[in-house]
Amino acid sequence: MQGNGNEELKKKQFLSAQVDLSKFNSAQFEAATDEEKKQQDVMGESTTFFKDGMRRLRKNPLAMASIIILLLIIVTIIVAPHIVPYKYYEIISVDGVRDKSASNLAPFTYSKLETQYMKKTGEKLFPHILGTDSLSRDYFIRVIYGTRVSLSVGIVASVMVLMIGLLYGSIAGYFGGRIDLIMMRIVDIIYSLPDMLIIILLSVVLNQTLAPFIAGTVLESLGTNMISIFIVFGLLYWVSMARLIRGQILTIKNNEYVLAARCIGTKNGRILRRHILPNCLSVIIITTALQVPSAIFTESYLSFLGLGVSAPLTSLGSLANDARAGMQSYPHRLIVPAVTICLIVLALNLLGDGLRDAFDSKLN
Amino acid sequence: MSENEKYLLKVEHLKQYFPVRRGFKTIPLKAVDDISFSVKPGETLGLVGESGCGKTTVGRTLLRLYQPTAGRIVFDGDVLFDSGEQYDENGKVVLGADGKPVIGNKVDVNMLPYRKQMQMVFQDPYSSLNPRMTVEDIIGEPLDVHKLYRSRDERREKILGLMELVGLNAEHAMRYAHEFSGGQRQRIGIARALAVNPKFIVCDEPVSALDVSIQAQVVNMFEELQEKLGVAYLFIAHDLLVVHHISDRIAVMYLGKMMELADADELNENPIHPYTLSLLSAVPIPDPETARKSKRIVLEGDVPSPLNMPTGCPFRTRCRYATEQCAKEMPQLTDRGNGHFVACFNK
Repeated sequence: MQGNGNEELKKKQFLSAQVDLSKFNSAQFEAATDEEKKQQDVMGESTTFFKDGMRRLRKNPLAMASIIILLLIIVTIIVAPHIVPYKYYEIISVDGVRDKSASNLAPFTYSKLETQYMKKTGEKLFPHILGTDSLSRDYFIRVIYGTRVSLSVGIVASVMVLMIGLLYGSIAGYFGGRIDLIMMRIVDIIYSLPDMLIIILLSVVLNQTLAPFIAGTVLESLGTNMISIFIVFGLLYWVSMARLIRGQILTIKNNEYVLAARCIGTKNGRILRRHILPNCLSVIIITTALQVPSAIFTESYLSFLGLGVSAPLTSLGSLANDARAGMQSYPHRLIVPAVTICLIVLALNLLGDGLRDAFDSKLN
Repeated sequence: MSENEKYLLKVEHLKQYFPVRRGFKTIPLKAVDDISFSVKPGETLGLVGESGCGKTTVGRTLLRLYQPTAGRIVFDGDVLFDSGEQYDENGKVVLGADGKPVIGNKVDVNMLPYRKQMQMVFQDPYSSLNPRMTVEDIIGEPLDVHKLYRSRDERREKILGLMELVGLNAEHAMRYAHEFSGGQRQRIGIARALAVNPKFIVCDEPVSALDVSIQAQVVNMFEELQEKLGVAYLFIAHDLLVVHHISDRIAVMYLGKMMELADADELNENPIHPYTLSLLSAVPIPDPETARKSKRIVLEGDVPSPLNMPTGCPFRTRCRYATEQCAKEMPQLTDRGNGHFVACFNK
């Protein structure tokens, strides 16, 4: 229809909704060409699940800030030990002589021996960025190693939780019925145990029983405490993950596309891998991301209670515990590890939230 | 339907009960109760009935997505399932001397090889396609499962061929299901069913989720595909007009039981069962003049719960011809000539 855009169309009758079209003839109406019709089927750029989620994640300032903070922390804990000439277990010594005056130094100060040495040789010693602890060890490098331990406990523990929970939850959810009933009652039993008590008991028992097994292996350097923390996480914390995944699978397996796959003759393993798990991927990513800070927390308070990593290795929690004694005189020794824990946990929580918003939306 | 006539699929006395818990008791929900029919090669059998009467369950049980409670399913000469009960000429279970049914040979085959010959198109084009898979992978999955190709190129070629067959653009192969409209999604679902080159497809209300103009396109496509490939359909729907358009024969179900089975035109012109009569009178008539003159048979009361079925004929509670006999026993499907089967004592 041409040229009548602004003109008001007359109605057939006064109260009628029909428009009087008698003044138009068929020449004024022309069929749309194929090209014009094509313009109607506009389709968005084809995107994958991941691209789409990452695009939305990039728009979230909080999540991006968390990623940057986490990256900074990770770069620091990787690079710093190569720059700082002190070791986390090393007692400060000057010219091969143990420096007794170097304990409890304030940040960026030198001990008497060090000042004398610098005057004598004119050489500049690397500063103690956060001072030293009561055993004359450089505090900055200890915080760096503590962060390493805490982060790796967090990540390894959540990966373990993820693997056990995923396997257990998907079997229970997919097969359902009696299998589900039995498996979920086991979960309930584990869930009802007071976890703090179990963790303490297990740490004590495992510490003693593990020692002979790992002697002489790579694991020995980790210490039995660290390994028992992993095992405790593996044994206790997978239950909530398993429940969550089971719930997801219960809803997803009722979709018609799962029935369609069964109708095609697809085997159970393939249905789980190709159809069900990809569709609860968003929940899996998010829960794993949120599992890391909770593992770091648990490790911290275990270390705080003296059940964490064994000396001289340290973690953020045990650093905070050690600093408790000198809280009045040396508050920075408590504040630094505490703030680091807070930063890591907050950043991971915000990142987890951001991931949920980006991947869990039902809008796509 | 004489025994000698060739059939592709034959279903006899099929029963599908689902256990439902009510408090401490488990009672059976009789979704499909003693249904028999057959489908000839290249034929379309329409299956109609109101919501919840067990149409979908029939389709899914045929494909053994559910384990049948009882009955016998024969496909292309092979017995797929047989619970072993014997039936006499009147459709009664043959009882042994101890009062229990005589159990013959039980059969329960591995369905995997038959999945290549029997397929299904689903009702909801939105939930029947995996949102995380591309069209290529959705259509390619049956090919993967049954290993129907030798090389990646052959797989792709087959998929593109199928897409062309159902009227989809080859350039859409890498897209995800949520990028398509309802009609296009249903085409993807049909291509997936056709991928294994089946002889028989259960179409489970394939057009009821689409709007009317798209319905026509999809229904016509089903007909074209049947002409090209010679595939037989069990076409489940609750829209009588659509079913009449596509079907060679139509079966009417009510509460898990078969009420009437006849050629499509015969059923439309000469319906016998009171339930079919009321169903047909409910079909909207496009011309208002005719519509005003026609009399609609309005059924009274509600559909009884399938958990608490009336004795005898399930329709008797709403049937104006119901007699005492209807409450005592279920009438059997009897031939009224011309392959027109009706299960009613009074009509």
